Amino acid sequence: MTDTVVIAEINKGKVSPTTNELISAANNLGSNCTLVIPCTDSSLADQASNISGVGKIIAAKSSVFTNYDASGWAQALDSVAPQGIIVTAASAQSKDLAARIAARRNVSVVQDVISIDGTTLSTPIYSGKAIEKVAINGNVVVSIRPNVFTGVSNDGSCDIQVIDASGDLATAVKELVERASTRLDVSEANIIISGGRGMGSPDNFSHLEAIADTLGAAVGASRAAVDTWDDIPHSMQVGQTGKTVNPNLYIAVGISGAIQHLAGMRSSKYIVAINKDADAPIFQYADYGIVSTWEEALPVLSSALSNMLS
Amino acid sequence: MNPTGEVIGDTMVKIAVLVKQVPDTNSKIQISNDRVDLSSVKMVMSPFDEFAVENALLHKEAVGGTVTAITVGGNSADKVLKDAKAIGVDEIVRLDCTEYMDSNAFQTVISGVISQDGYEVVYCGKSSADTGSGSTGPGVAEKLGWASVSNVTDIQFTDGMTVTVPAEGGNAIINVSAPLVVSCDKGSIKVRKPNVKGIMMAKRAQVDVKSVSPNPSNVTVVSQTMPADKPAGKKFEGGQSAETVVQLLREEANII
Repeated sequence: MTDTVVIAEINKGKVSPTTNELISAANNLGSNCTLVIPCTDSSLADQASNISGVGKIIAAKSSVFTNYDASGWAQALDSVAPQGIIVTAASAQSKDLAARIAARRNVSVVQDVISIDGTTLSTPIYSGKAIEKVAINGNVVVSIRPNVFTGVSNDGSCDIQVIDASGDLATAVKELVERASTRLDVSEANIIISGGRGMGSPDNFSHLEAIADTLGAAVGASRAAVDTWDDIPHSMQVGQTGKTVNPNLYIAVGISGAIQHLAGMRSSKYIVAINKDADAPIFQYADYGIVSTWEEALPVLSSALSNMLS
Repeated sequence: MNPTGEVIGDTMVKIAVLVKQVPDTNSKIQISNDRVDLSSVKMVMSPFDEFAVENALLHKEAVGGTVTAITVGGNSADKVLKDAKAIGVDEIVRLDCTEYMDSNAFQTVISGVISQDGYEVVYCGKSSADTGSGSTGPGVAEKLGWASVSNVTDIQFTDGMTVTVPAEGGNAIINVSAPLVVSCDKGSIKVRKPNVKGIMMAKRAQVDVKSVSPNPSNVTVVSQTMPADKPAGKKFEGGQSAETVVQLLREEANII
């Protein structure tokens, strides 16, 4: 069996639970998994010491990991990671890193893997309108879609080896600009509530924002909404020409379900659709469909959620 | 720079933009014999590549230089090059290859041409609408030993070059310099549309066809199939049913 290396997913200064899913995927691909944790301070790695399914943990310590720089990160991680199949998360940043590490090691990268069967990997193509199976031969780098594999548990124990990793920065951050809103971006959120042109006006997105804040969710939009209203930025757009997402819960409000929108969200674990048109295509993908205007449904949804979560 | 694109000074930059032909994102994907059948779909420039072309042209207009659009494929891929030419690129190049390449083979071919022909800045879309993988930009940069920035939503050419990319909790504004690969997201720029003169020029334009000999691939396609149908969900009438759905999200789905 091929050795495997997992690059830990870091989120808000912590080892993200997605990392457990990556280890589980790695153990499907090979054996003897080494977890590599990029960090500026090795104490970050301590939280992972009870993670199971790994034979070795390396805290790759370097100031290069302060801000993301594809070149410097790939160089530093390559210098400490053993040979083998490398596994990363399929977040925007980690896919970028996966591609760089693969090129650095002169191997191929397979992105957005959703299932593993021996050396056969499945990935969505055409934003999930079809599924491609590929066979890998030898070492590759793979990125794994979040919320697909069941994560390994946190009842193991493994020593952490701290290694100084060095990389040269190829770019320099001039300024970090925080989002005005504290709400999550659609690419980061586990719950997304999106509005379409059926919302009638961009002002009505405030109703979605209120529910998003109750749920800790991000607010998304369809391409029709983004194209129609200047106040709805492209950064909110979910779909083939926006962001492909697969949260635990996707709530589509006033979205009919154009093919390119469906392509970007159909792999969400649970889909709720609210639309006044009972024949809207979105209902074919909804686990729970509500045939109603948003004006009627959203106040009920909002108060039911507030009662449940308060 | 004067209006004809000639440069005053010595900052001529040689820019390449990678473009790819893909099925229109509004088209339905059909399968036959375990492969996606593209024979009846409309092929267009991959949406994010349109922003790459626009940014490449803005770069040229800011500092002077040339923009060459490069694609990989057979004769039928010339159309995407002509589309780029109609918008305003100077040269169009097709790397003649119709066989499947895995990412390593593909990036090796691209980076070979970039380095051989002396390009200094490469633009591409953040991902293509077919594979969605987003590997080409960073992969090519690594093979060239260059910097790369991905998911770029804004570029400023005053006072050097700065790009805006998403970062945790917001955006990062990053100072960059050539040699460099820039993978472009949509951002706030509007892409220019071809005018009649551009379309006429594109018709007459010669595609520079280069032969390439890719390395063997270690990743091979086994099959392409439709995704499994989702089992039918539950559908309710009326806004009041939102309360029932919230109950189900907790008790049946266990997700809130």
